[in-house]
Amino acid sequence: MERKKEEFYTRLEKKGVTRRDFMKYCTFLTATMGLNASFVSRVADVFAAPRQRPPVIWLNFAECTGCAESFLRSSYPWADEIVLELINLEYQETIMAASGHQAEESLKQAVEKHKGKFICITEGAIATKYDGAYGKIGGRTFLEVAKSVIPHAKATIAYGTCASFGGVQAAKPNPGGFKGVGEALDIKTINIPGCPPNPVNLVGTIVNYLLLENLPQLDSLGRPLFAYGKTVHDQCPRRGHFEAGEFVREFGSKEAENGWCLYHMGCRGPMTYNNCPIVRFNDGTSWPVQAGHPCMGCSEPDFWDSMSPFYESF
Amino acid sequence: MGKRIIIDPITRIEGHLRIEVEITDGKVSNAWSSGQLFRGIEIILQGRDPRDAQHFVQRSCGVCTYVHALSSVRAVENAVGVEIPDNARLIRNLLHGAQYQHDHIVHFYHLHALDWVDIVSALKADPAATSKLTDNVSNSPWGGINYYKNVQARLSTFVESGQLGPFQNAYWGHSAYKLPPEANLMAAAHYLEALRLQAKTARMHAIFGGKNPHPQSLVVGGVTSIRDLSPERLAEFLFTWKETQEFVKNVYIPDLLAVASFYKDWGGIGGTTNFLTWGDFPETGKEPESLYMPRGFIKDRNLKKILDAEQEKVTEHVARGWYEKGDPKHPYEGETKPAHGDYKPDDGKYSWIKAPRYNGASSEVGPLARVLVAYGKGQPEIKATVDSVAKQLDIPLPALFSTLGRTAARGIETLVIGQRMENWINELIGNVKNGDKKVYQKWEMPDEAMGYGLNDVPRGALGHWIKIKDKKIGNYQYVVPSTWNLGPRCENGKLGPVEEALIGTPIADPKQPLEVLRTVHSFDPCIACAIHVIDPNSNEVYKIRVT
Repeated sequence: MERKKEEFYTRLEKKGVTRRDFMKYCTFLTATMGLNASFVSRVADVFAAPRQRPPVIWLNFAECTGCAESFLRSSYPWADEIVLELINLEYQETIMAASGHQAEESLKQAVEKHKGKFICITEGAIATKYDGAYGKIGGRTFLEVAKSVIPHAKATIAYGTCASFGGVQAAKPNPGGFKGVGEALDIKTINIPGCPPNPVNLVGTIVNYLLLENLPQLDSLGRPLFAYGKTVHDQCPRRGHFEAGEFVREFGSKEAENGWCLYHMGCRGPMTYNNCPIVRFNDGTSWPVQAGHPCMGCSEPDFWDSMSPFYESF
Repeated sequence: MGKRIIIDPITRIEGHLRIEVEITDGKVSNAWSSGQLFRGIEIILQGRDPRDAQHFVQRSCGVCTYVHALSSVRAVENAVGVEIPDNARLIRNLLHGAQYQHDHIVHFYHLHALDWVDIVSALKADPAATSKLTDNVSNSPWGGINYYKNVQARLSTFVESGQLGPFQNAYWGHSAYKLPPEANLMAAAHYLEALRLQAKTARMHAIFGGKNPHPQSLVVGGVTSIRDLSPERLAEFLFTWKETQEFVKNVYIPDLLAVASFYKDWGGIGGTTNFLTWGDFPETGKEPESLYMPRGFIKDRNLKKILDAEQEKVTEHVARGWYEKGDPKHPYEGETKPAHGDYKPDDGKYSWIKAPRYNGASSEVGPLARVLVAYGKGQPEIKATVDSVAKQLDIPLPALFSTLGRTAARGIETLVIGQRMENWINELIGNVKNGDKKVYQKWEMPDEAMGYGLNDVPRGALGHWIKIKDKKIGNYQYVVPSTWNLGPRCENGKLGPVEEALIGTPIADPKQPLEVLRTVHSFDPCIACAIHVIDPNSNEVYKIRVT
């Protein structure tokens, strides 16, 4: 284990990442996960000396692949490190080399081999109307594929709003009877909603599992409390302007340039639970409110209906 | 009749696609492309606030993120008659340019490369020879014997662990893989480097768009990110852009040329006949005159006479898709009445994708169409780069009408558009310097209006058409690149572009149809975009024949 760790640090240094940078990241992740500081070194161990990489099967249903894309934007650890060193990604249609029946074969083998042990990450909603006719893989409906895989998983993570709650295709009139994975299969899933979700929250959930061998604490909607415990509004850097009654009334205005509160432009921060203002997106580069656009409430169930029209204030 | 094979799922694409081909005497003699997912976004849009449409349509696709939002706000702006400020146009061009950089790099390395590069063979490579090869063909910042030893060690631990993950069950060792082990190792190393680079490239979206995927700073009338016109942010964008450009110049293009030099026979495989592009990147308020990538239509490969492309000439056919019988219609009049049925490629219906036609012609869209139109119109940067690539590969111009040409065109425009971004960012900096920070133009929603938004996005020609009624969405239709490319036969039996391109492809082993994947992937299919309509009323059960 010590040797492995040393090798890991050597590799990191070759990539221009010092041990200090790495520990800083582990501290950030530990804090995001809501664990106390004593866990930092154990979080580091998860990356530095992983035991057997836990098998992961990633299923794509009715989706836009934006969630997989968001996962590929993970920059610490980089996506290639997650795939090559942290987890054993047995099936992922967006990046896997095999196609056709060879791909189907991979899925079958993976489920057989890791029965009861793999983590299933799901992306996208499941069509339930017309026997699930609106989406198929290899001639089988999403519902059939889900039923043949998910019951054998140790745990199922619904990554993104579609897998968590149905998402955009479930917006009224929900033509295909789309549902979130948990509801479609009547099981409990760990939900990491967002459109897209932040990869930091997925990594945090996986690390939590590798570290403590259990899953993080969840709210009543199945969302990890470390990420979805507070509203966007409560964590918003523009909150002071709200209290002071300083509001933007038109995009591109002086008030917008001053960074005042977007409440009257339709911001849904007060009714949305997520950690966007704290972790932000793309390696902390920004988040919608920072770019001057109101929050749309994308991590809440039915937000396409309950939060729209998006540019009208409540 | 030849042997029929079905590939489903096609992986390394966005969405759910099935391809069926018939093979006679070792070559594809017939082909069918079938989309396998329905989501229904156009139906969901009915009656909603037109300003919200961009957020719904953007969720058509998280790979081609941003582009539907852009077309949508353009369509509404066209309908309500608002002209956006100069800075908004520049920021939109920069976001779109960043999308091209990101999308094409990911396509080349992560979605397409494994059709040409044998990862397992890379383990046999000599690191010293690989290092030499890299120095010869590129200016890659990564290299040296230790670097390649390290990459190889990483790959082999992975292979030997038996946990092959995404590289499991592929066609490794297939006779159609032509690269020597050293070239495979170099490409495999850059596959991993590009995986990191793309995460950085995507930050350009986050700087002016708040996040990626699904940036959130466009609004009808302009953009919202006025606070990001600060010196720090502009510099951050410039440096991120520069890092990506260096990768494109020093790694992507050299890799493309190195790999292509082993596959020159693919300059004679996978071609189509007609090409359509709406063009993009307005450099003033005037369209299409000021588009940096010009608008145009090529009939029967005639590069001497580039025709004007007009949105009025677009129709969608439903004869071979799972829809009720109906005449071909322009998107303004577009309707969607699904009729679920069996999968009947031979004489019936076989896909959820409609078949768009331009003036009746099946038309390829995408990088090749854009580059050919720009070349035919004499766009200087495209012309120079195409000529230089053709010279370096020692191939004649007609070899561009092919799978190789399509893949090369993607690299060529990544380079040319990427370089042009510098002008846009400098223009933006100039405006800010002169005290112009206007990013939004106020406007009023009319009771009734109609409009369209045309643009050319990484995968090809994209158009959104909207009818506003009582200030709400009355009708909304969009015709997207993968509908053009992956669509089925039209009512006259004319094949869709991918179907046409597959005919004549040599197949070494029908059990491992690697060659089919090469041509299908060269179009960079995006099926979630292609199929976004759905039947809201029918209770019929649709079943597919499992073959």
